[in-house]
Amino acid sequence: MAIARRKFDAVIVGAGGAGMRAALQLSEAGLKVAVLSKVFPTRSHTVAAQGGIAAALGNVTEDNWHWHMYDTVKGSDYLGDQDAIEFMCRQANEVVYELEHFGMPFDRLENGKIYQRPFGGQSQNFGGAQATRSCAAADRTGHAMLHTLYQRNVRANTQFFIEWMGLDLIRDEQGDVLGVTAMEMETGEVMVLQAKATLFATGGAGRIFQASTNAFINTGDGLGMSARAGIPLEDMEFWQFHPTGVYGVGVLISEAVRGEGGYLLNKDGERFMQRYAPHAKDLAGRDVVSRALTMEIKEGRGCGKDADHLLLKLDHLGADVINMRLPGIREIAIKFAQVDPINEPIPVVPTAHYMMGGIPTNFHGQVVAPYKTGPEEVVRGFYAVGECACVSVHGANRLGTNSLLDIIVFGRAAGNQIIEDLKKSPHHKPLPADVADRTLARLARLEGQKGGESVAQVGATLRKTMQAHCGVFRFADMLKEGVTKIGEVAEQAAQTEIKDKSKVFNTARIEALELDNLAEVALATMVSAEARNESRGAHARDDFPERDDEKWLKHTLYFRTGRRLDYKPVRLKPMTVESFPPKPRVY
Amino acid sequence: MKELERARWRCRRGLLELDIVLQRFMDRHYSQLSDKDLQQFSTLLDLSDNDLWDMVTSRKEPEDASIRPLLEILQAV
Ligand SMILES: Cc1cc2nc3c(=O)[nH]c(=O)nc-3n(C[C@H](O)[C@H](O)[C@H](O)COP(=O)(O)OP(=O)(O)OC[C@H]3O[C@@H](n4cnc5c(N)ncnc54)[C@H](O)[C@@H]3O)c2cc1C
Repeated sequence: MAIARRKFDAVIVGAGGAGMRAALQLSEAGLKVAVLSKVFPTRSHTVAAQGGIAAALGNVTEDNWHWHMYDTVKGSDYLGDQDAIEFMCRQANEVVYELEHFGMPFDRLENGKIYQRPFGGQSQNFGGAQATRSCAAADRTGHAMLHTLYQRNVRANTQFFIEWMGLDLIRDEQGDVLGVTAMEMETGEVMVLQAKATLFATGGAGRIFQASTNAFINTGDGLGMSARAGIPLEDMEFWQFHPTGVYGVGVLISEAVRGEGGYLLNKDGERFMQRYAPHAKDLAGRDVVSRALTMEIKEGRGCGKDADHLLLKLDHLGADVINMRLPGIREIAIKFAQVDPINEPIPVVPTAHYMMGGIPTNFHGQVVAPYKTGPEEVVRGFYAVGECACVSVHGANRLGTNSLLDIIVFGRAAGNQIIEDLKKSPHHKPLPADVADRTLARLARLEGQKGGESVAQVGATLRKTMQAHCGVFRFADMLKEGVTKIGEVAEQAAQTEIKDKSKVFNTARIEALELDNLAEVALATMVSAEARNESRGAHARDDFPERDDEKWLKHTLYFRTGRRLDYKPVRLKPMTVESFPPKPRVY
Repeated sequence: MKELERARWRCRRGLLELDIVLQRFMDRHYSQLSDKDLQQFSTLLDLSDNDLWDMVTSRKEPEDASIRPLLEILQAV
């Protein structure tokens, strides 16, 4: 079958903050850029970010990038690469001012400077007093960012392919990346998008868990495509769970509720956080609070008929405070938990929120893998940025508002790197003869499948398995069983059957293709978690409660073929400053 | 002809809140909509996530008052 082909200098899959920041850099340099997105760009998941973007501007309290760097290294539980972290923190002010210059409507202080708010994990003087580092545009920072970047890109002539789904990565025999295959949803047609540089910015994959704060589109497509093309996935055992997602639906209840004086209760009406974090109590770090909730449930002190959630109480704040400072939270509680928090507590559970792992890259956004001679060889023509990438600046645990910074800093850096790389290799490499075979085979399998599994059912089993076997607390026997179970789920995912075979906007087909990617991410997560015999950041093992720097101060690499694991050292040496050596992480 | 499928995909949003509300609406109400409702629903789906959510939570009034009956269904799901 003849497949349509189009040629670009650069093809970017993903139009969230990361993809659009990179695209802007390239289009403004005069390159021909295509950006694909499953949904309209400003509907990317970045729109959900409320808290802000971290940068040590020092507009409210004294601050500098070196303190920010320390906090990020410590927050990462020392698994973050210190060269990349230095790079990010040093560039933070510049990229935020650049966004301001692009027209992003940040809130202002009375003196006209950008408004900043304090967030957990931010300190002055290397672990001293609270810092005030998150720049915000009301509670809609992500929204403001996406709209600003989209407008700029339209002006710079970036070509958007909206409601297009990237399906597979194209690599030649040398392993170089030459573009992607993609499907236009409107027509169901498959096309080859050939490029000198291919950049993935497909965002997170939180939908592998039953309880998730992520939108439905976050299915880890970039990771699935990479894994199928032989690229390893890094540090996939590290997932951040937010302690307060609404029970049953996952919608995020922001830390602001506890900041205003709300607190958590178990079924006996006890303020249990006092037992787990006597000082910080309900305001302790996300990982600490999430583990406490999980322990309460496990020990039978959960609420409700299944004793499977806890309660977030805020009625004592009074109707005025709730209506004035937390109106959004009240709306969410009424709509999704059917309780009015002015009178009743909100049922909550720890909920999957952010993927620290991803496609391995260096801080230029180039994908690196041990596929030729060295452990971190650049995969030519291939770049990744944003939540789908693992640079790694978040290590084992991400600090709030560092992700919006990550996507902008590395989006821009990858753009600059591509511009340099294309100067050196200005021509398209010839496409291999089997360019779309993998994609066509996958589609043909789905088309012809008889007596297969339902996509919805396999998806539900996958999410349930991940939640039960690889959640906040991890147990050796559960993980072992989980590896077997998720392997079975992956087999079922490869045999799904869809009833609707039509071409136009076939959501059943799209969801089946997304399930392929979810299965890759789930497998990588479970296998990597089972092997890591220590507790570090968000990865908490019941049988290995301590961090073990002797054996485990290293990054995991998961290879799809043979579900093999390999490891590579953490980059402890920053670019210019002294290294921050691992210390116990106490708050 | 494929309006249902198209609408179903356009209910995929950046905010999980909207994903959930719109999915409930599709499952419970979409098939009973009149042509005029369908037209209006499509207009609502073209809004940005935050604008749409503000209307679903009654924080913002629609500019076009005739869209209110449809919005009330969305507010109640
Ligand atoms: C509720 C919530 C609140 C948050 N708040 C904050 C905050 O305040 N501060 C902070 O720093 N971080 C926050 N985060 C995290 C942060 O929002 C995300 O990590 C970040 O926005 C990810 O950006 P991205 O550009 O990598 O991906 P996304 O914005 O998720 O964009 C992914 C893009 O890829 C496209 N795509 C995916 N697969 C395909 C495919 N197969 N084909 C074509 N296109 C595809 C999508 O359509 C989309 O355009 C929050 C996260 C959540 C869930």
